[in-house]
Amino acid sequence: MRGAGATGWVVGAYLGAILVFLYLPIAVMVAMAFNESVLYELPLRFSTVWFERLAGNERLLQATLNSLGLALANTVIATALGTLAALAFARYTFRGRALLRVLLFPPITIPWLIIGTAMLVMFFWTGIGRGLHAMLLGHVALSLPYVIVVVGARLGSYGPELEEAAATLGATPLQTLLRVTLPVIAPGVVAAALFAFAVSFDQFVISYFLAPPGVSTLPVEIYSAIRKGFTPEINAVSSIIIVVSMGVLVLFARLYRFGGVGRGDAG
Amino acid sequence: MSVVEIAGVVKRYAAQRVLDDVSLTIAEGEFFGLLGPSGSGKTTLLRAIAGFVAPEAGSIRIDAEDLTRVPVHRRGIGMVFQHYALFPHLSVFDNVAFGLAVRGTARAQVRARVQEMLRLVELESLVERRPAQLSGGQQQRVALARALVTRPRVLLLDEPLSALDKRLRLQMQVELRQIQREVGITTVFVTHDQEEALTLSDRIALLHEGRVVQCGAPAEVYERPRSVFAAQFLGAANFFAGRVAPDGDGESGAVDLDDGTRLFSAGTLPGPGQAVTLAVRPEKLLLGEGAPGGENVLSGTLVQAVYSGSSTAYYVQCGARQVTVFAQNRGEVRLEHGAAVSLSWSAADTVPLAPGEAG
Repeated sequence: MRGAGATGWVVGAYLGAILVFLYLPIAVMVAMAFNESVLYELPLRFSTVWFERLAGNERLLQATLNSLGLALANTVIATALGTLAALAFARYTFRGRALLRVLLFPPITIPWLIIGTAMLVMFFWTGIGRGLHAMLLGHVALSLPYVIVVVGARLGSYGPELEEAAATLGATPLQTLLRVTLPVIAPGVVAAALFAFAVSFDQFVISYFLAPPGVSTLPVEIYSAIRKGFTPEINAVSSIIIVVSMGVLVLFARLYRFGGVGRGDAG
Repeated sequence: MSVVEIAGVVKRYAAQRVLDDVSLTIAEGEFFGLLGPSGSGKTTLLRAIAGFVAPEAGSIRIDAEDLTRVPVHRRGIGMVFQHYALFPHLSVFDNVAFGLAVRGTARAQVRARVQEMLRLVELESLVERRPAQLSGGQQQRVALARALVTRPRVLLLDEPLSALDKRLRLQMQVELRQIQREVGITTVFVTHDQEEALTLSDRIALLHEGRVVQCGAPAEVYERPRSVFAAQFLGAANFFAGRVAPDGDGESGAVDLDDGTRLFSAGTLPGPGQAVTLAVRPEKLLLGEGAPGGENVLSGTLVQAVYSGSSTAYYVQCGARQVTVFAQNRGEVRLEHGAAVSLSWSAADTVPLAPGEAG
């Protein structure tokens, strides 16, 4: 037991170090968002001046709205298309299925910088051009593979028996989809939707390349603000994003626990 | 109460014929067993009746209505899957109610019917549970109630008891049969367990390599196997290969084995001089001379005796062949290894296998 105690202490210290490493920068940033000094001087004097200034920053607000709008539209479109694609992969055999399945993965592994460049060339060439519509297209293309993989994993944990059972009980294919398949894969679909949202909301490279002058998203705006001169307003907006992300994370964790129970049900 | 007619059904996967011209008629209210080793096509046949497998040729009819091209959900069947396939996100009540809910049945009616079904399978107290909170036996009953709730024309069971442990399996066999009789539904069930097939079925179809090799009542298929495969799959058997005695007129039933031994069979033999294989179940043989009508007698030495409680298996070397005898343990007759013994059995228990199917 004494040995285990010593090991426990080492493990604890190690874990603590990792947490400090991960969270200290974030903690500093959040603290500075509430510091009155523009030059990050200590001692910290509490102030919400940067949050107030943020409210008056039209550019940053517009960029945030663009980001949210893009992320939400992307989530709806990518989740819907990706879920249908995952269903097709899991439950139907068709010509070229294996090839298509393999082709899903390169977009995940190819650097976004390269994909972004390729899209820019492609959109210019086809006349799609730049703009929010082009950014949305790019985001959907990027997040589709993630959605298909996440929903596919959930579908893969069930055989076709549940759907077959529904059919023997008189359910039409549509009733089977709505009453059996979708409820059963719901946790996977929600997880995939969160992924799609994150891929879009975090997206810098694609947005940067495809945004026409005068249009920007939050990551792009933060980037240009840093280049111009780092003001604590950025800390303020980052703090808000962190709080929102943490909220989403908690939601995610709860859903995944629900998902775990769902998987147990199948056994 | 429905009749199922399967006529000339063929199904191929790649070049292999999984179902090779299968024809069967299943009578009203009958409990019909599809028995065979894995790969024999029994599950494919059941799935063809359900509508999951589309036959390339032949037809499947229920009550004279051709269902060969009708989709699963319009066939009016009930099915219990090997692993039950209960809906994990629904309670026991909603699982059983599913078939009624998709038909848009009125709520009050659904409630009454589901309760009736749960009473039938003795699960009324568990309506609110999720499938994950049920034991294997309970899940089985829910699956059965769910399949019966829509009053299907035919009930299909895919190895329904294979996931249960032995004790529970025996208990469920009895219950399954009781419920089936009570509901009076025509039932087709698939099993690879010959004992289960013999116990449950009114009739059995024995499948081998996509063909029905024998079909009949359990006792008939067991007592009168038509092939080496049928004899072996339904239990143990001794085989004697020989030729119909040339001097016999067929009436005497005399068969000469290659070592000159003459055996007698009461079955229908091919013409004099023709090759024939005789099959005898080990429990029909008697150690010592004295079987009722023991026309057949062999002598040999005891090689091994395997005691298993109610019975003992004796392995007797008779010349070049080894013969197996199952004997009930009635008295205290204990035979020593190497003891000289004689065996006898009646001609009535000596079954000639159909020519061409002997192999």
